[in-house]
Amino acid sequence: MEQGIVKPKTQRHKRILKARLPKVHENDKKSLFIRGGNTSETVTSVLKDLYALKKPNATLFRKRNITRPFENATSIEFLSKMNDASLFMFGSHSKKRPHNLVIGRTFDSQLLDMIELGVENYQSLESVKGNKCALATKPCLVFAGPEFETDDELRRLQSILTDFFRGPVIKNVRLAGLEHVIQFTANDGRVFLRSYRIALKKSGTRIPRIELENMGPNMDLTVRRTHIASDDLYKKACRKPKAAKPKKVKNVSGDIFGTKRGRIHMTSQDLGNLQTRKVKALKRNLSETKSAKKTIKRLKSS
Amino acid sequence: MGVKAQDILENIRKDEEERIKSTTVEKDIDVNLDLGNLLAVDSNPLDAIKLRRSKESYLMQLARGNTQLLLNNIWQLETERVEDAVVAKLPDPETRLPREKPIPKSKPPTKWEEYAKVKGIRNRKKGRMVWDDVTKSWKPRWGYQRGNDDTKEWVLEVPKNANPNEDQFEKKMKEKKERVAKNELQRLRNIARRSGKKVPGTGLTNLPNKQQSTQELEATFHQAKRSTASLGRFENNLRNEKPAKNQGKKRKFDPVIMISEKDRQMKIVNEMFKKNPKMDVNKAVNQEINQTTVRKHKPGKNGKGQKGGKKFGGKGKGKKR
Repeated sequence: MEQGIVKPKTQRHKRILKARLPKVHENDKKSLFIRGGNTSETVTSVLKDLYALKKPNATLFRKRNITRPFENATSIEFLSKMNDASLFMFGSHSKKRPHNLVIGRTFDSQLLDMIELGVENYQSLESVKGNKCALATKPCLVFAGPEFETDDELRRLQSILTDFFRGPVIKNVRLAGLEHVIQFTANDGRVFLRSYRIALKKSGTRIPRIELENMGPNMDLTVRRTHIASDDLYKKACRKPKAAKPKKVKNVSGDIFGTKRGRIHMTSQDLGNLQTRKVKALKRNLSETKSAKKTIKRLKSS
Repeated sequence: MGVKAQDILENIRKDEEERIKSTTVEKDIDVNLDLGNLLAVDSNPLDAIKLRRSKESYLMQLARGNTQLLLNNIWQLETERVEDAVVAKLPDPETRLPREKPIPKSKPPTKWEEYAKVKGIRNRKKGRMVWDDVTKSWKPRWGYQRGNDDTKEWVLEVPKNANPNEDQFEKKMKEKKERVAKNELQRLRNIARRSGKKVPGTGLTNLPNKQQSTQELEATFHQAKRSTASLGRFENNLRNEKPAKNQGKKRKFDPVIMISEKDRQMKIVNEMFKKNPKMDVNKAVNQEINQTTVRKHKPGKNGKGQKGGKKFGGKGKGKKR
């Protein structure tokens, strides 16, 4: 649908529409947490906890949305468009698929990819005793296990999870503020999600020693159904705008050792006007110079 | 004394080693780090036995190692002091993640913008305030309490040859409304043009630099041809012109009076049962011509002579006398 057919009637609406236009440097993705028609206590709690971790850039819907994303994704697309959020997590529970989570993302308000996960061994944020990290901390993400590189579905899951949990894109980070780490470990088709609080301990050197404390939420995930974007669409979605790419610096190259090498282009030199070292012996009118006169005198006297 | 000093030195050395040890982590395969995203990807194989025996402690130990590696690298980055906090400058994220929305495209010019460019018309900035002669003050050019407001006049002059009963106020309002409507229509038409869609009533309004297909060109051509006062009835045909495709056909009805149902049916039946064959003049003439030529070129003296003649001519196919 072409934008701008319906003209905004208020300045506020105009500003909102402008903020939602495609941009070269994009804003942080927002995420939706959607409860399906039927949810178990576990699934509701998972949605709540993950919402708490993602809070400023997330919305948790109060009401249920009776839809099945793998059968018809239009309602998810609609919700994501209306809320200007491109990440979603959908929770449901049924006999066939108990404690079900669907995590996915959209591109241009069209579904890009989504993966269905089963939740087991859930440990909520509340049930784990101890200190929690501050609200809206950017977590460190760790992916462990060779399966994230060998398995196609898990590779895409890694991309989705990175997108989902990485938080805002920032330029500076406060070193003391790094206090949350989420680890995903893939083993035998299962993914273990563990969330820890980081404690920075003195090591005697400048770099601190790191100790971890269990913080929760923790869960074991199994991959169920998947919907993966076609290569074409994915490539299109990953394209970087020209304006966002760093400008190429001409004639300057470097190598891994950090040496900088430059190439200079010059106009051809005029060798006729070249300034050379002045040597007396090379002077043109030799007879006029003092030394020449002296030698002539000496020759005459002898 | 000497022995003690040696012990102390030894202790210091051990301490130093332990300190360095406490922050170093060794991995067989290097962990991939993306500092911009605070992301570490460890592709080392997992220890299956430990994972089975003591899952939680193994996972935590694994996480500790990887986090230590990640933070070691973050601590190496350039740091700054901002209001009592040490801040590290992160590099740009490296991991390729899909965008939320497509890359913005530049808006193609509207029809007016195109025209203005050709004519060299440029927008002039007008001041926001105008001088109002009636109140002797500066007032906004438009909007609430605008100056020189011509919508609030209480009397209007009736033009000389206008209908005296016509309401000039109403006429003025109507004209304004029409101008607004026209502007809106043109705005929508520009949007349609931008998205390459058909605009009802005007056919295709493609952008000038967009290539049209032969079909589209033909449709436009026939539309232009029909767009005369006499609906194209007196337009000359071009040399290789093709008739317009998919043009609406005029419906033809049988006359209601004069011919009865029975006559119509009888006409069809008569046509079907007619015995005497119809003569197709064109076909007959063609057949006749064909037969005479075949007779002429029957192999014989004449044919041989021709063959010989051809040989003389050689290969040249374009040879003419």
